[in-house]
Amino acid sequence: MIEIEHLSRHFGSLIAVDDVSFEVGRGEVLGFLGPNGAGKSTTMKMLTGFLAPTSGFARVCGVEVAESPIEAKSHIGYLPEGAPLYGDMTPAEFLSFVAEARGLANGMRQNQIDEAVSRLQLESVLNQRIETLSKGFKRRVGLAQAILHDPDVLILDEPTDGLDPNQKHQVRSLIRAMAKEKAIVLSTHILEEVDAVCTRAIIIAEGTIRFDGTPEELRARSPEGKLDEVFREITTAPAAN
Amino acid sequence: MRNIKVVFKRELAGYFATPLAYVFLVIFLILTGVFTFYLGGFFEREQADLQPFFAFHPWLYLFLIPALSMRLWAEERKSGTVELLLTLPLSMTQAVTGKFLAAWCFTAIALALTFPIWITVNYLGTPDNGVIFTGYLGSLLMAGAYLAIGACISAVTRNQVIAFVVSVTVCLGFVLAGFPAVLDVFAGWAPQALIDTVSSFSFLTHYQGMSRGIIDLRDVIFFGSLIACFLAANALIVDLKKAD
Ligand SMILES: Nc1ncnc2c1ncn2[C@@H]1O[C@H](COP(=O)(O)OP(=O)(O)OP(=O)(O)O)[C@@H](O)[C@H]1O
Ligand SMILES: [Mg+2]
Repeated sequence: MIEIEHLSRHFGSLIAVDDVSFEVGRGEVLGFLGPNGAGKSTTMKMLTGFLAPTSGFARVCGVEVAESPIEAKSHIGYLPEGAPLYGDMTPAEFLSFVAEARGLANGMRQNQIDEAVSRLQLESVLNQRIETLSKGFKRRVGLAQAILHDPDVLILDEPTDGLDPNQKHQVRSLIRAMAKEKAIVLSTHILEEVDAVCTRAIIIAEGTIRFDGTPEELRARSPEGKLDEVFREITTAPAAN
Repeated sequence: MRNIKVVFKRELAGYFATPLAYVFLVIFLILTGVFTFYLGGFFEREQADLQPFFAFHPWLYLFLIPALSMRLWAEERKSGTVELLLTLPLSMTQAVTGKFLAAWCFTAIALALTFPIWITVNYLGTPDNGVIFTGYLGSLLMAGAYLAIGACISAVTRNQVIAFVVSVTVCLGFVLAGFPAVLDVFAGWAPQALIDTVSSFSFLTHYQGMSRGIIDLRDVIFFGSLIACFLAANALIVDLKKAD
């Protein structure tokens, strides 16, 4: 459902994403790993139509993002990095704004909102201004916004960052529960998360893909099965070309 | 259309969610009062019209409108919500238009709240209410032009203070363009065509007619196309600058 082909993005002389290609199908949860500044967020921004690629293209549900951005965006639920939100709104107001902007039919809107609210356990803060919420709740409002319209494709940039262990567990179960009928891409710095929720992992460093395989394959690369060692080895090796 | 409304509603509610709306409205009303009654000599003139009221609007807007428009895009970029907004299935035109209309609607509210002045003049005499209505329309149209300029400039930076200062300066240019003192600077060396062009961009010249009750289609077209141009530039700038 997600197809990325030879995607690159330059910022001036810096090459943030360099000829990245991969596909994600329905039922897959792709963990996007890589050191800071690797190009994970930049790739996601191109995938969601926020940034235009310098070259290459991204397709979502058969729709080319750069060509028909509005149609592509309607298939995607997106949690941007840092979960930016309108601080002067309450979660209730914010979610109904997103629901309207997503064009959810009037009758369904409240149901969809209630569903997302209960999945992320936001009931207790629904009428509190977002800027006064704790970091974890903000992240959960951002997640609720992303799953609101039950999209085919979910792009989550560090969805569990700032969540307490219980909430991390909760969100991971949520992702697993949704995985069957969706294609999900999530970025993370928590290597265990890959084990816990992902069916596949891609490690990217300096804009290029360094590893693409299942979590088991990743683990098999280290004699002791330590993910962080494998990660260090893969990402600090000079680019192979 | 529906999408514009969604953006519009959020933006307008955003004004009232913070003290900004109330501070703005109170200051706007106090200043119109001060300008009209003290500086404008509303009573001393002993004329049943709102000339002194409308005459000060270009100056009032010069500082107040950039204060409204500075947050439109600068804040959105600073907080990162622009990424959220622009990954919703909306077009750039819809986002830009919705935000602009919300700010414009807010100034219309501010303007409407000056109705006690209108009541006063009707109580004291028998003014030509058609002229007053045209004055309000002209003022609103001019406010739209200020806003479009301010919105466009607020898309250039993520710093609201910079957006404010630059907007005031650019708007000042548009206000002063018709002043003899400014035109004199060009008079010595510039071709007459250039001087005419500069003075034709003056807000004051185009506003004057309407503030006196005369609707000239050319003035309406001037403000209308100015708004359209700056909003088009606004959309382009947001698109170019959203990455950084
Ligand atoms: N707007 C921009 N202008 C210039 N450089 C940028 C811009 N956005 C990103 N970069 C650069 O592109 C590179 C990739 O950034 P990106 O945000 O994609 O990294 P990331 O993998 O998400 O990192 P992190 O794990 O820290 O979130 C970095 O070197 C970053 O400095
Ligand atoms: Mg990132």
